[in-house]
Amino acid sequence: MSIKVSDLRYVYNPGMPGETVALDDVSFEICDGQICGIIGHTGSGKSTLLQHLNGLLKPVSGDVYVDGQCITDGSTKLVEVRRKVGLVFQYPEYQLFEETVAKDVAFGPKNLGLKDEELDATVREAIELVGLDYEQVKDASPFELSGGMKRRAAIAGVIAMKPSVLILDEPTAGLDPKAHREILAMIRRIHEEMGCIIIFVSHNMGDIASMCDKVLVINKGKIELEGTPQEVYSEKAKLEEIGLDVPPIREIINKINAATELNSDALTAEEAAEDIKNYIQCRK
Amino acid sequence: MIRDITLGQYYPGKSAIHRLDARTKIIGTLAFIIELFVVNNFWGFLVAVVALFTVIGISKVPVKFIFRGLTAVFLIIAFTFIINMFLVEGKVLWHWGIFTITYEGLKRASFMAVRLILLIIGSSMLTLCTKPIELTDGLEKLLKPFSKIGVPSHEIALMMTIALRFIPTLMEETDKIIKAQEARGADFDSGNIIQRAKSLIPILIPLFISSFRIAQELALAMEARCYHGGAGRTRMNEIHFGRGDAWAAVCMVLFLGVIIASRFMGAAI
Repeated sequence: MSIKVSDLRYVYNPGMPGETVALDDVSFEICDGQICGIIGHTGSGKSTLLQHLNGLLKPVSGDVYVDGQCITDGSTKLVEVRRKVGLVFQYPEYQLFEETVAKDVAFGPKNLGLKDEELDATVREAIELVGLDYEQVKDASPFELSGGMKRRAAIAGVIAMKPSVLILDEPTAGLDPKAHREILAMIRRIHEEMGCIIIFVSHNMGDIASMCDKVLVINKGKIELEGTPQEVYSEKAKLEEIGLDVPPIREIINKINAATELNSDALTAEEAAEDIKNYIQCRK
Repeated sequence: MIRDITLGQYYPGKSAIHRLDARTKIIGTLAFIIELFVVNNFWGFLVAVVALFTVIGISKVPVKFIFRGLTAVFLIIAFTFIINMFLVEGKVLWHWGIFTITYEGLKRASFMAVRLILLIIGSSMLTLCTKPIELTDGLEKLLKPFSKIGVPSHEIALMMTIALRFIPTLMEETDKIIKAQEARGADFDSGNIIQRAKSLIPILIPLFISSFRIAQELALAMEARCYHGGAGRTRMNEIHFGRGDAWAAVCMVLFLGVIIASRFMGAAI
């Protein structure tokens, strides 16, 4: 499984006042089992890009390949694409609509034609995978749950379709620290158990650094930087120029590097602790 | 698809039409709508079309932009056309089973379609060329005299402002919900009419909930800024009639005259 985008271009309101180029010759490839982070400030084209990956938007030019198959040539069945590529929108809890959580989660698989026991098993699996107690929530109204639980129920609705690529648009936006941690743990768990490609957008540089194998930096509809978190976050000046930043840990490490002979490129708290420990031991 | 509805949208500009007092434009549009019903033959519509396109020309709003809004209401127009075409009695042109098309029916159908199209374009010109805030200010001022007999002019104007303000927000919300459900494999375009109606539930329920949430947040935000109704409220920009408005009034009277005259130019339909 892989996802490949070549020379993607998209324009909002073509020929109308307010015509804007949202994506400008975007190309990249994400390989099997990778977690890919997308960063970019508001209005940079991230969400537009995500909607191309499962065929919700049609590019003006360029192609998207899912698993080697071109989904933009018009011959591919979009329902099939949407099964393979699950997209969780920003604030997905606003799309909940059924009487019970179980029914809501079942909406996607039902649309794919699943029935009876198979459907129930899929729903249970999805609810448990997002870290909710199936017996406790299955008959509850999705509107009675807490904010973090609602969001997880909504995400369960997408992973119940067993996608091979899971895309999440700012999955932690507006959550408290506890719910935030739970969502990140949930993403890791889904990745381990389903082995799917995960693409997620976040404004939290620390999350991106600790979760991702690959990072795409988007600015004004173009890919500005692409690489491992290590490669991307060593371009501090460039990131700041386009309104982004390095993770807070890296910021501290940079300051310590400048003040001492520590020469660390840590991005996460664990890496930083390790490097500082080694440094102190070496000096003894 | 949902983005294509331009009804109620504002098209930024600095044309003479844009600069007119909102009250002039409201009265003008109302007069235009009433006059469309005074018209009883195609000569009258010819005059109305010329007048409307002159206004569009001066306003510099692209014709393409206006007609894009029309595509959204195309269904209603087509429905009216078909109903009229089959139901009016007269000289039979075509007959098959229970369906009969008459010459009079065809004439009436096209007459109604033209009227509807002019009605929609005419009224959308008002919102295209007037900022929503000016529009409601104008309406409030126009209704002010009636507040003596208990018409809540400020409240009506406020409700209108809010309604207009939230059209794009709700459109965006709808678009987002449709996409989110499509991403979960929802299919809105196939199946029979009952299945299609059912497939709207996953859109309508979240949309309802969103609108209540938005309304609640707006109410709180207004209270937090000490909103207490219209009494004693002043404005940053007072609206005034200008020379342009006088000319507009002259044109409106002329137009009214021609429209009334047109009733005598041909046989009524």
